Amino acid sequence: MKIYAEENNGSLRLSFSGELDHHGAKGVMKTVENLLDEYLPRVCVIDLSELSFMDSSGIAVILRINKRMNGMGGKAWVENPSGQALRVIDASGIDRVIRVIVQTR
Amino acid sequence: MENLDYIKMEFLSKSVNESFARAAVGAFAARLDPTLDELADIKTAVSEAVTNCIVHAYPGDIGLIRLRVRILERELLEITVKDGGVGIPDIKKAREPMYTTGGDDRSGMGFTIMESFMDKVRVRSAAGRGTSVTMSRRIRRRKPRL
Repeated sequence: MKIYAEENNGSLRLSFSGELDHHGAKGVMKTVENLLDEYLPRVCVIDLSELSFMDSSGIAVILRINKRMNGMGGKAWVENPSGQALRVIDASGIDRVIRVIVQTR
Repeated sequence: MENLDYIKMEFLSKSVNESFARAAVGAFAARLDPTLDELADIKTAVSEAVTNCIVHAYPGDIGLIRLRVRILERELLEITVKDGGVGIPDIKKAREPMYTTGGDDRSGMGFTIMESFMDKVRVRSAAGRGTSVTMSRRIRRRKPRL
């Protein structure tokens, strides 16, 4: 599991790579919280294009980011989930809470 | 039902074993020639069931997780994940979407995902004795030309 961060003009892009399950989730949450505190972005883009696997632990991470961004008066959305991640997102119904953009490229 | 083949394994409830469990089940299930989506669904369901044992069955402790995968009939995959942990006091409640006793770190979507990715999910639990989750999925047969 790796996370890459790229900030540009108040917009923070978090790119997740590898497999996101319960084993990695705690470290991911901590890293993400720290990044949000560091950049205090207006927008947080959760880029899942490089994520090869995600289960409900990933859903918890996405919901946490969304809550944090809403709390800061900002916005978050999900971009480019791979096929497997998209199935998990669809099954969980979180697209009612956070915008999910499939294939922006 | 004809038991065509099976694997059984046991491992400790360490979170590092989550990826091992889903990879092992995926490797065994591959012989049914599942589509990529079917394989992804099965691996995700296993990940959820095993994570439940690790987070809920043995809180603050390490216990044993038993996994059995059977091929019943030619197209039916059945997976059982069993623990000897604390048990689920209210199974109906535990299966509700968004319900969790795991706090902010957990989404409460584990059973919902197992149910939407598998054809059948059966849960049995006894307080102080453990929980057993059995799920099955039919892999529709395809006709390969090679």
